[in-house]
Amino acid sequence: MTLLDVQNLTVTFPSRQGPQQVVRNVSFMLGRERLGIVGESGSGKSQTGRAILGLTPAPGRATADTLAFDGIDLRGASAKQWRALRGARMSMVMQDPKFSLNPVMTIGRQLAEAARRVASSRAEQRERAVAMLEAVQIRDPARVMAAYPHELSGGMGQRAMIAMMLITEPDLLIADEPTSALDVTVQIEVLRILDDLVTTRGMGLIFISHDLRLVSSFCDRVLVMYAGRVVEELRATELQQAQHPYTRGLMGCLPRIDGNTRPLATLQRDEAWAL
Amino acid sequence: MSTREWLLTEQPASRRQARAGQAYRTWIAFRQNRLAMFGLGIVLVLVLVALLAPWLAPQDPIVGGSLRTERLLPPSWQHLMGTDDQARDILSRIIYGSRITLLVVALVAVIATPIGLLVGTTAGYYGGWVDTVLMRITDIFLAFPRLILALAFVAALGPGIENAIIAIAITSWPPYARLARAETLTIRAADHIDAIRLQGAHSARIIWGHVVPLCLSSVIVRVTLDMAGIILTAAGLGFLGLGAQPPQPEWGAMIAGGRRFILDHWWVATMPGLAIFVVSLGFNFLGDGLRDVLDPKARK
Amino acid sequence: MALIEIEDLHVRFGPVHAVRGISLAVDKGEAFGIVGESGSGKSTVLRAICGLAPTSQGSIRIEGKVLTKPRRPEFYRTTQMVFQDPYASLHPRHTVDRVLSEPLAIHGFDDREARVEKALDDVGLGQGFRFRFPHQLSGGQRQRVAVARALILEPEVLLLDEPTSALDASIQAEVLNLLDRLRTERGLTYILVSHDLAVVAHMCERLMVMQHGQAVEELSRAALQAHHAAQDYTRALLAASEGFSRAAL
Repeated sequence: MTLLDVQNLTVTFPSRQGPQQVVRNVSFMLGRERLGIVGESGSGKSQTGRAILGLTPAPGRATADTLAFDGIDLRGASAKQWRALRGARMSMVMQDPKFSLNPVMTIGRQLAEAARRVASSRAEQRERAVAMLEAVQIRDPARVMAAYPHELSGGMGQRAMIAMMLITEPDLLIADEPTSALDVTVQIEVLRILDDLVTTRGMGLIFISHDLRLVSSFCDRVLVMYAGRVVEELRATELQQAQHPYTRGLMGCLPRIDGNTRPLATLQRDEAWAL
Repeated sequence: MSTREWLLTEQPASRRQARAGQAYRTWIAFRQNRLAMFGLGIVLVLVLVALLAPWLAPQDPIVGGSLRTERLLPPSWQHLMGTDDQARDILSRIIYGSRITLLVVALVAVIATPIGLLVGTTAGYYGGWVDTVLMRITDIFLAFPRLILALAFVAALGPGIENAIIAIAITSWPPYARLARAETLTIRAADHIDAIRLQGAHSARIIWGHVVPLCLSSVIVRVTLDMAGIILTAAGLGFLGLGAQPPQPEWGAMIAGGRRFILDHWWVATMPGLAIFVVSLGFNFLGDGLRDVLDPKARK
Repeated sequence: MALIEIEDLHVRFGPVHAVRGISLAVDKGEAFGIVGESGSGKSTVLRAICGLAPTSQGSIRIEGKVLTKPRRPEFYRTTQMVFQDPYASLHPRHTVDRVLSEPLAIHGFDDREARVEKALDDVGLGQGFRFRFPHQLSGGQRQRVAVARALILEPEVLLLDEPTSALDASIQAEVLNLLDRLRTERGLTYILVSHDLAVVAHMCERLMVMQHGQAVEELSRAALQAHHAAQDYTRALLAASEGFSRAAL
């Protein structure tokens, strides 16, 4: 079943040299699965995620032939339609919780506020908040509820952030480098929570990352982006059989614990990839 | 290769070209701000008028005409801004007065900016007791109302435009010191400052070569925005009779002189007032434009 | 005798006890890695060596001599550092030329022109980059400039604080190769700090795992590659660096 249908998504930013297309003709379908979008800085992966939620920053413009979420056309959606969708049915987790949580409100209040869309009474909102914090493996929800964002560690903050985004039980979660600011051991825990939500609640997940190894071990399918284009789409398990030289180059240039290649293979960029 | 290409190249071939290219890019950004260009225009006109005063002024600014027939004449083709109670042409006095205004502005900028920068960056860079001592001194200067402190200085040193300038300069550096200190506190923690320390550089080299250039732009913006205030303070001192002494054509003193006739002969006080207004506005526009270009935090 | 010897190093920032008794010895020409997560105190060890963090207890010796406080000018000619963030470690208003000439001026070198030119060639940038400002460079190019700056005084020891973690994977490979080549060519000694086990395993012969300001264990590259870790924490790091695995649930 298709949750999200994207056809020929293009994001354009004006610049001194004329309009610059940072995302070019990106097309994909998403079911209730884990889709990874991998690329280096400037590949357009984050702008793709933002465009789906209608969050392309001005003066940029996103256009598409089809941009449909659960049958709803998002291209001409009104502010009211967006309010009904964003946060409620589609959510986004950003890289750094420090910038996404309100620094002068306790976690509890922020969670309760997010829960207002699905629960009317105060008590019910609180209950949901506690349940959600438990779901993201926070052992002491009462303490975290009373805490301000700066009082939490990076991993805790990111988990609270994910809890806030998931409290409305969205159908689609876009996670933009959700674990890059975290330590590797915490990273795995956060991924486990996301994984759980996809399998148990049937959520669709778009996982945007620069880390090919992580994405391939976590996602079902991977889109590899380069210079605004999808250069290759493949099943995560078939990464070793990647065809595109960019994907292969990206895999080859990573140092490996048990590898002894010296010097490391470097990526020889080809002008033609960007065309 | 055109001059423009030479300036905008991504691969400059010499120090001079790199610096010129940087300045040209700033200029391009500045040029796009209409109000700022307008402000720059006013300031340039002020400079030109001050330079060319003897050629522009239709009459002598000090010696008036016949006290019997040419006193307090309203604006006419003969006297575009009218004449004052000494039968002097007001337009000529305003034109010559621009020299005094420009002198005040330039000298205050030259005296107050370096003091503020030096005190602020030193306090911010060293921290500890150096910071405490320097900033408490700054606080003391800040605590005095500016005009009153300037008044006290002029009273002690005697009236005159030079003393007024010194008084204004002494009272205007503390805000620059505070600003420079605040900027230094963030710059000090940057990796590139650690990096130059690891090259074995002395504090003086770090402050002068690495910290000051980064504080400079915001201080310049602040100084430009303050220029309007400085002109007004100078005019205020002149108005109180403690700045430029008669018969010097200082705008503030001219307003003071015209105050007595303000009901019957409005132009005597109004014309220098307009001059102060226009020049202050020009500096404000210029400062806003500079902030947009130079201050990365205000950039959109 | 080891080139760098650290004994029972403690670093305190007010109430925070960031490094709690670290000892290590690095031989001349060796590359030593320190692995840990954020807040483990691994970068603080490097900063303590070069005097950017206060040593509250213990000693640091280079070539057998205890380091003075503040460091002598000669110290900076033997030991240099490359920082993590190439966007923050170059002065935004200084050209590459100025960045590279300044250390030479501080230490009174005469042949500055030739040295700057050579330094740019050595890090694979070439003369076209000499008069550029940092904002005209990519992240990888900036990090090359930072490496050139660290090497221009011809030090023996290079302290590398997460030198590639702000870079894209393909650029990381280039910078790692550059560092590797320079070490072989010049017989440099490295201490490399990273959160990435694979980077450390690639670059270093020996490594130390740190957690909460303390050393968890020290092991050789061979032991790491064979997954012969004695401590649970090291094993967790090893497992995590392999990527996500559902089996571990």
